[in-house]
Amino acid sequence: MENTILKNVCEQFNFSKQCQKYNLSIWQCPSFLTFLTGIVTLIVTISTYVVAIKYASPEIVALIVLAMAAVLMIFNYLIVQGFERLVEANRLKTEFVSIASHQLRTPLTGIKWTINLMKNETTFPLTGEQNRKLEMIEENNQRMINLVNDLLNISRVEQGRLNMEPGPVHLEKIIQDLVKEYKEFSKANNVKLFFTFKKNLKPAFTDRQGIELVLRNLMDNAIRYTKGGGDVKIRLTEKGNFIRYEIQDQGVGIPKDDQKRIFQKFFRSQNVMKYQTQGTGLGLFIAKSIINASKGKMGFKSQENKGTTFWFELPIVNKKQIKQNANL
Amino acid sequence: MKKILFIEDEPTLQKTVDKFLENSGYEIKGAMDGELGIKMAKKFQPDIILLDLILPKMNGFEVLEELQRDEATKNIPVIVLTNLEGSVDVEKAISLGAKTYLVKANYELSEIVKKIEEVLK
Repeated sequence: MENTILKNVCEQFNFSKQCQKYNLSIWQCPSFLTFLTGIVTLIVTISTYVVAIKYASPEIVALIVLAMAAVLMIFNYLIVQGFERLVEANRLKTEFVSIASHQLRTPLTGIKWTINLMKNETTFPLTGEQNRKLEMIEENNQRMINLVNDLLNISRVEQGRLNMEPGPVHLEKIIQDLVKEYKEFSKANNVKLFFTFKKNLKPAFTDRQGIELVLRNLMDNAIRYTKGGGDVKIRLTEKGNFIRYEIQDQGVGIPKDDQKRIFQKFFRSQNVMKYQTQGTGLGLFIAKSIINASKGKMGFKSQENKGTTFWFELPIVNKKQIKQNANL
Repeated sequence: MKKILFIEDEPTLQKTVDKFLENSGYEIKGAMDGELGIKMAKKFQPDIILLDLILPKMNGFEVLEELQRDEATKNIPVIVLTNLEGSVDVEKAISLGAKTYLVKANYELSEIVKKIEEVLK
């Protein structure tokens, strides 16, 4: 009986566990903050006593100390209340995005699948003109779907809830699959894809889903923003303790004035806006956040009308991380 | 002909999937809530179940649990077809026995048929 009470008390003090429940750092966690303010109160109260006892009679000291303690407790209570409200607001925001994206996706899926059916129609096939109109609806619908997906990812990025589960990832394999997948799309854009990589590359330490998102975004951009055909060259090498990825295109490039804003949310360069209004301006923002979260670096080099090279570097898996993964 | 049970409460999605899968040569029945879904699974004995997660009367997770619990249905493969996308939800669904988890809005109907064929192999 006594053991369980002791155990419960100790569990209450296991702040990191308690705080994980809220998905917060320990400095934002209400129970830890309460504990901290309690300690501060105790220290201040004792110090006040020690100081006061030098200058006043015992009764006055008792009163001063009590008053001090009371004031402190009120402040502490208010502070912790404030943080608790923050936590709750954060949780509601997350929930809202989750619900909103689900609710938005439902009718968008309805439209997507209805169009699938119409295009699949064999008994009364559509005329060319009808097909074209249908394609316009399909494109715009897909834009909305992409926006919802991007907004969901951004919300996760901003709340540090990217759900990153880093582990050893062989980038070559993922890129090879993507090159296959993007073959048709690149052909349609008159783009030739090339992928070269160093032999026996070590794996990078990163989240597989996240890095796939980054690779897709960079590849999409490189192909899409190459007007009039060209080559897209992807290179994977080792650079010190990092795996380095580069993707070079012969596309429209990024104007010098826009370069410092390229990773900002919703930012789209003027020179691509006139060619293609489909982008959300969120891809690079999300990509950079994922790379940063993996303790990597990301950058680019570009010249308008000549082309752009985007690169990122991710840390190579170290021995300790390999061991951790083996134990999972 | 392979039998499919589609448990989904959205009428448009029921209708479009129904038509498409029929055209692709499957026998398909639909249920618009979790409770009915379970009843039909037991009666209809489909070769595969497509399951939404947000459902009236009994949600998708509860359906998965119930399907696992019953001898008559525990070996029927389930593909979760939902627009929910937390990794927590994915893990939960897989741990409750779902074969795979697809976010509806990111798949064309033809791609879903491919996934069904993969699972049925």
